[in-house]
Amino acid sequence: MFVLIVGAGRVGSAVAQSMLAQGHEVSVLDHDPLSHERLDAGLASSWEETGGRFTVGQGIEVEALREAGIDDADVFIASTSGDNTNLVIAQVAQKRFNITTVIARVMDPARATWYAEQGVRTICPTLQAISMFESAIVEVS
Amino acid sequence: MYVVIAGGGKVGWNLARELIDKGHEVTLIEQTRRRYLTIEEELEHAVQYGDATEMWVLERAGIQRAELVVAVTGDDEDNILICQMAREKYDIPRTIARVNNPRNRELFDLLNVAPVVSATDLILRLIEHEVPSFGLVHLLDLHAERLEIVEVEVTPAAPAAGRRVADISMPEGSLIISVLRKGAGFVPKADTVIEAGDEVLVVLDPGLEDGITGLFAVES
Repeated sequence: MFVLIVGAGRVGSAVAQSMLAQGHEVSVLDHDPLSHERLDAGLASSWEETGGRFTVGQGIEVEALREAGIDDADVFIASTSGDNTNLVIAQVAQKRFNITTVIARVMDPARATWYAEQGVRTICPTLQAISMFESAIVEVS
Repeated sequence: MYVVIAGGGKVGWNLARELIDKGHEVTLIEQTRRRYLTIEEELEHAVQYGDATEMWVLERAGIQRAELVVAVTGDDEDNILICQMAREKYDIPRTIARVNNPRNRELFDLLNVAPVVSATDLILRLIEHEVPSFGLVHLLDLHAERLEIVEVEVTPAAPAAGRRVADISMPEGSLIISVLRKGAGFVPKADTVIEAGDEVLVVLDPGLEDGITGLFAVES
C-alpha cells in the first residue's frame, strides 16, 4: 500500500514511521525542511535509507502533491497544523485524484462533524479528548 | 441586502465601508484582535471579532440570513472553506471568494467555489491587454540596485529579427536573459536565432530602453 502523508508534525511523522515499519510504501510532504528530523528520530538509519520518501512543499499546491506521488497513493492522510488546509487537500485528494481512503485531522469538532457528514473522513482529537475527560470523570465520581 | 464579509484586510475593510455607504447592511469578521479594534473605531457594530472559518462565529454574524458572503482573507484555504460552508451548510445563494495565489485557482474551481477574484490575475491580464504590443513591458525595477528587467516582443522589421544572439549588438549594460517562444521559455545561447514574434527578456541598466526598442521593436 502507498501512503501519502501531508504534514509531518507529531501525528504525521509518528503515523509515517509506523506505516513504514509495517512494510508500506510511505511518502511525506511538509513545507518545513526541518520536519525531516522528526522522521529520522528513533530510526537506526535515516528516513530515506529506511525506505521512506520526503518532499518539501505546500500541501495546497497540486504540483507539490504530484511530486510527493499523489497519483499513485492508495491512502491519503492530511495532518498539517491547519484544519482548513487539511479539509481542502482531503477534498482535492478525493475529487481530483480519486483516492478512496482519505483521512483528515480536524481539531475543531464543528467542522470535523459537518465535513464528515459531507463525505470527508475526519479524525477530531478534540472530540476524543472531550470524551476521555468525560469518562475519566465518570469513573472517579 | 445583508452581506457577511470574512477578512478585515484592506480589501475587506474598504468593501465593508463602500457597501455601508451604498445603504447595505454589513457584518465584517476579523480574527486579529488589534486589527479588529482598529476597524471597530470606524465601523462599530458592523465588525465582529473571530475566526470566520468557525461555524459559531459565522452564525453569530447572522450568516443564515445573509444574501451574499464575501471571503477575502489572506488564506486561500480559509476562503474556500468559508464559501463552501456558506453555500452548502447555510444555503447562501451567492458567494464571492478572493484568490490570493493564482496557482490555487484550480482548487476553487474543483470545489465549486465561484465566482472568484484574483488581483494578481487581473493585473496580469491588464498588462497583456492594455500595454501596447510595441515597446517594452517593465517586469522588474530594482531602483536601489539600478537594474531593470523588461520584456519586449520582437517585430518582423526589427534589426534583431532573424539574427543570432552573438550578432546582435546589444547596448553596453544590457543582456538577453531568456526567450519566450510558442508558450515556452528558454535561455538563449550565442547561436540562438531570434525570431519575429519571440518575447525577449532583457536585463539592463536604467536608461537603455530606447536602444532595446530600436533593436527588437521597430515598426516597418
